[in-house]
Amino acid sequence: MTSKRNGRTAALFIAPSFIPLLAFFVLPMIAAAVLSFTSWDLLSPPHWIGFANFKQLIHDKEFLHSLINTLVFIAGYLPIVYFLGLSAALALNRKFKGSGAMRAMYFLPVITSWVIVALLWKWILNPSGGLVNSALHVIGIQGPGWWTSKSWSMVSVIIPSAWKDLGYVMLLLLAGLQAIPPEYQEAAAIDGASKRQVLFKITLPLLTPATFFVVVISLINNFQVFDQIWVMTAGGPEGSTNVVVGEIVRNSFDYGHMGYASALSMVLFLIIMIVTGVQIRLQKRWVNYE
Amino acid sequence: MKGTKRKIWAVGIAGILVASVGLVSNPVAAASKTTINFFTFTAVPDHMKDLQAMVAAFEKKNPTIQVNIQSAAYADYFTKLKTRVAGNQTPDTFELNYENFVTYAAAGTLLDLNKASAKDHSFKKSVYYGKAYDVFNLGGKQLGVPSSFSTVVLFYNKDLFKQAGVALPTSKWDWSDEAAAAAKLKANLPAGTFADFQPTQFWEFYKVLGQAGGQFLSADKKTALFNKQPGVNALTWLVSKTQNGWTPTKAQMGTQADDAMFKAGKIAMYHSGIWLFDSFKDAPFGWDVAVEPGGVQPGNHFFANAVVASAKSKAPYAAWKWAQFMTSDPAAVKIRLAANWEIPAISSKSALSIYLSKNPPANRAAVFEALKNPITPPVIRQQNEMQDAVNGWLEKALSGSVSVTDALNSAASDVNAILAKE
Repeated sequence: MTSKRNGRTAALFIAPSFIPLLAFFVLPMIAAAVLSFTSWDLLSPPHWIGFANFKQLIHDKEFLHSLINTLVFIAGYLPIVYFLGLSAALALNRKFKGSGAMRAMYFLPVITSWVIVALLWKWILNPSGGLVNSALHVIGIQGPGWWTSKSWSMVSVIIPSAWKDLGYVMLLLLAGLQAIPPEYQEAAAIDGASKRQVLFKITLPLLTPATFFVVVISLINNFQVFDQIWVMTAGGPEGSTNVVVGEIVRNSFDYGHMGYASALSMVLFLIIMIVTGVQIRLQKRWVNYE
Repeated sequence: MKGTKRKIWAVGIAGILVASVGLVSNPVAAASKTTINFFTFTAVPDHMKDLQAMVAAFEKKNPTIQVNIQSAAYADYFTKLKTRVAGNQTPDTFELNYENFVTYAAAGTLLDLNKASAKDHSFKKSVYYGKAYDVFNLGGKQLGVPSSFSTVVLFYNKDLFKQAGVALPTSKWDWSDEAAAAAKLKANLPAGTFADFQPTQFWEFYKVLGQAGGQFLSADKKTALFNKQPGVNALTWLVSKTQNGWTPTKAQMGTQADDAMFKAGKIAMYHSGIWLFDSFKDAPFGWDVAVEPGGVQPGNHFFANAVVASAKSKAPYAAWKWAQFMTSDPAAVKIRLAANWEIPAISSKSALSIYLSKNPPANRAAVFEALKNPITPPVIRQQNEMQDAVNGWLEKALSGSVSVTDALNSAASDVNAILAKE
């Protein structure tokens, strides 16, 4: 009787999270999996076409191009956000006047809407009269076209992305740093290790669980990068920032190829699963759990 | 405690009874009013009040029908509409431009209005401007009634022309006159002020192609024809405007919108739609419009919007009554004309004289002159896909990453692949 009541109470507590998860994530995912085998223009009923969408996908140059762009974005974003996040975490991993306020300031962009951040950076990097190009002009440098230039557009979306996520990465690494027992660093210092040696031989190896988490989460999130790119460049110029989710949105809502867009989503899901699986497999080689 | 509970129950039950009696005693009032939804993009953002005035006039004339206005900006409208159709929440009536009309008509989403109009003895087809009415007829089914039409004209800043000592544009101009004026304007205007704004994109290209004597698609819509010589001439003309520094590059524009640049006095000649008349009325300089210069022949955009009804509407006759009223009733026409809300697609010349009498621009006659040589957009079922394919290659031609000829050949190849799937 008691266990039954406990079960009911537990279900009641879980329900507020579980029901939205079911309604907005699990069921749409199942629906997308089914739709990926159909042709559906959103206006007339879907019809079953088997694996045709997946066969089309293999020859789709736009999809391949968007996948490459996504990988380029990740390759640019991840090192920047990690090293800046780590630097901020190391700098703020001690008590000083205003450290709390500093941590809050770093975290502020994280809770700001992507649309606001993207619009702000679009203005900062405005090729004509933007903050950065105006500053460069003062020192006699002709600023680049940023988001209007094929060569600079990816840089233009990576910078705000790293800026916004910096606080989140810093927080995770800060928590990791604070979980390292101080005895290790103290013992190393007593044994004559320099600060540099303590950092590279003690702190960073013991920070690998937090680093692993940052890398896994960042990769999962950034394979799905979309909002900032849609606002800043809409995938342009000349498709230079067109990423996989942009391609999914374009196919589903602009072209009315919902079945094909669902197939793209399934492939993206598979890619993320494989990448995450490989990371979990490889963690034994470099992650130290003390 | 028990007593209090009982009292609460008693009051609650009494309340429910009173409400039920109220409904039963007035069943007609509760059931006789038909409510329909109307989804709009052309009223956003400047004409929502005008639309509300139309609805008020309609409801006064048709007291048994209530119209609920729903709106979305043009940029979001078609995404929202598609998701509503997919979710079985299609509005009873909604707006479609001609470019999207074919897609919705082919999918069987639209109501054949002939059935409802046959029952409506007050309706006369001749009230509409014939060409605009007929474009929404597919296979004998009238799937929409035209609400408005519009075109693109050449706006010009008189002050900048005067400053540069250049003669004002006339309806006699062709591309060579425009090029000569643009070159002179560029030479005599300060940096940051541009001579001639005409972007290199699908919407301008198919029109300029028509001016160059070309055709976008074959008559059976199975082959792209825009990569022939007239297409090369058209795209070369468009691209040259940016390459010569007459039209600003995207980097020079930055976050500024082109209409805002014209309004700020930074553009001397501006190819854009007549829907901007109202937003330029307070511009701090003199401006007017002329028919766009032609190439080997004149040619001007012909854009038409329609009010359509959902094939699944539970109130098809009410939907028809509203569609017909909103598009052609004298009361609605008067509101539209007074508000400069495009041009109603009606045949009455006397009603349209109100439009001509308004100022600015002084030369409103250019609008009707432009419509003498209409070029309708090339429309297929996969419209957006075709536009994106063409735009992608036009962008490459503009940046110089591919030649004009190669861009057109590649675009034609992509469009042919899309047409093959139609």
